[in-house]
Amino acid sequence: MLEKVLIGSRRYWSWIAFLVLFIGVGVFYYLRQLDYGLGITGMSRNVTWALYIAQFTFLVGVAASAVMVVLPYYLHNYKAFGKITILGEFLAVASVMMCLMFIIVDLGQPARAFNLLIYPTPSSILFWDMIVLNGYLLLNIVIGWTVLACEKKSVPPPRWVKPLIYISIPWAISIHTVTAFIYAGLPGRSFWLTAIMAPRFLASAFASGPALLILLCLILRKFTRFDTGKEPVQTLAKIVTYALVISIFLVGMEIFTVFYSQIPEHMKHFQYLFAGLEGHRALVPWMWASVFLAGAALILLINPRTRKNESLLAVACVAVFGSLWIEKGLGLVVTGFIPSPLGKITEYYPTGPEVLITLGVWAMGFFILTVLYKVAISVKEEIEA
Amino acid sequence: MKSSRRTFLKITGLSLMGWGAKPVLEVLARNESSKILKPPEALKAKRWAMVINSRRCPHGCTDCIQACHNIHNVPDFGNEKDEIKWIWHERFGDAFPGQEHPYIQAGVKERPVLVLCNHCENPPCVRVCPTQATFKRAEDGIVMMDYHRCIGCRFCIAGCPYGARSMNYRDPRPFIKKINPAFPTRTKGVVEKCNFCVERLAAGLLPACVVACKEKALFFGDLGNPDSDVRKLLRAHFTIRRKPELGTQPQVYYIV
Repeated sequence: MLEKVLIGSRRYWSWIAFLVLFIGVGVFYYLRQLDYGLGITGMSRNVTWALYIAQFTFLVGVAASAVMVVLPYYLHNYKAFGKITILGEFLAVASVMMCLMFIIVDLGQPARAFNLLIYPTPSSILFWDMIVLNGYLLLNIVIGWTVLACEKKSVPPPRWVKPLIYISIPWAISIHTVTAFIYAGLPGRSFWLTAIMAPRFLASAFASGPALLILLCLILRKFTRFDTGKEPVQTLAKIVTYALVISIFLVGMEIFTVFYSQIPEHMKHFQYLFAGLEGHRALVPWMWASVFLAGAALILLINPRTRKNESLLAVACVAVFGSLWIEKGLGLVVTGFIPSPLGKITEYYPTGPEVLITLGVWAMGFFILTVLYKVAISVKEEIEA
Repeated sequence: MKSSRRTFLKITGLSLMGWGAKPVLEVLARNESSKILKPPEALKAKRWAMVINSRRCPHGCTDCIQACHNIHNVPDFGNEKDEIKWIWHERFGDAFPGQEHPYIQAGVKERPVLVLCNHCENPPCVRVCPTQATFKRAEDGIVMMDYHRCIGCRFCIAGCPYGARSMNYRDPRPFIKKINPAFPTRTKGVVEKCNFCVERLAAGLLPACVVACKEKALFFGDLGNPDSDVRKLLRAHFTIRRKPELGTQPQVYYIV
């Protein structure tokens, strides 16, 4: 099936070339980073995790959201999702690959990454994250590829795939729960020390992931002969709506607890995010943009008339994705370090090389996604023809 | 079985997976007790600890810091972003958050407080390290690091509530004023911190900071010995520890 990747339109090849360009730039700067060290980034003694780890955290959510199409289709036999299940699974594959790449580029000594296997340490959440992420990657590759290959041959998928599909459902929940535990279990990092971290992660994931999937469905309809139809898009839109409402609700609960209790160590981080602290306000405009985007998306999604209008739905999905990317991909990680445990406020600004490496990993992810979608769409087009 | 490229690849894949699983199994089936022989002159303890009499710490004095950083090849990058430090001064209110108030005893607020790794009894950095590059030595409780095993994930830095750890964001060697050949330098991409001078204890010497302090503000000793200096001081003075509410059980005590 992989041979389908080699045949494509001019537009397809220009898109591939565009991605390869960004990948190339990313690789170039990654080599520079390998040579110089992580000092090439904006990270500092006080802010030791930043853009890379934040992208990883955000993308774990996008990966986990595949369960939002797998579960209704396989557990509730919701037929309308039959056509897009493969899109969800392949999106998960591309996202997990990006997650793994972001972890690798964040390591100070990437050549020693296999120490994770040589000295497995169950007390470390990173050990479990490695297991759940790689497991989820493997599950989605095997399930997606096998089911698609059977579809191509017009035979029912083999029986052994079913249990794997059922396992993949709680497994999707586990990847984001374990990723939340990386943050939520640290003493002295008050911003992350909250029991609703995992639920918050899941809620925002089930909004941002399906929002991206809707956009991908609409793009595929525009540029290929593959049409998902209206129904799955509308169902996904409802999922995004509920997840976004729950996500906003959970953030609200966090803010209540922090500000009603008035414990300074807990308040300072939120003050830094939304109002600025001692004149440091690098993230304030971003966070208010996130709030505004979430609000706008909520209005468009709750109102059935705007939700059913696919152009407005697309706008809402871009807003959801943007809002949650700011929340997870910018705010959540860095703010855990500001102020530091010693009360220092160190602002973080990503450097040029850091941004280009980040874009390179994103481009690599979209490259993987494009290749996988190309295979899936070509097979589907072949069946229909 | 008919051999084809397909079956060959399958078998290769399975073998590779088995290879990856082997170390996991080895750890689960581990039953070893390593024995490290020590020279006879080595200082031994059940539990090393430090008592800092911050009242004796004069403003502007950096003897202990200099001694530590020189002996341990701690680089000076000349900027805060990449800074590496093992022992340093903090404001009282930053070392002990929440302990400061507007009517506090004269001089306390301005007094420099010496901070370093607390060598916690229950260290979060050890718990979170995914490769056991950071570990607590069973015999005397020192929290140590294997710089050759550290992958530079910086989980320990996120886990440490005292800011005691520094990352080598770049190659430290060009920024060491005078390299001490008796102690290893680090490479870029690994984390480091105070080691309670394990290398000096093994040679029968007290930690460099303790020896360097002319004001006799630093004391080092065995908590397991009721007659040790540190136990005597802890009996005679009211002492506090940094962020005791976190349950990490720091082993650096302060007389304030």
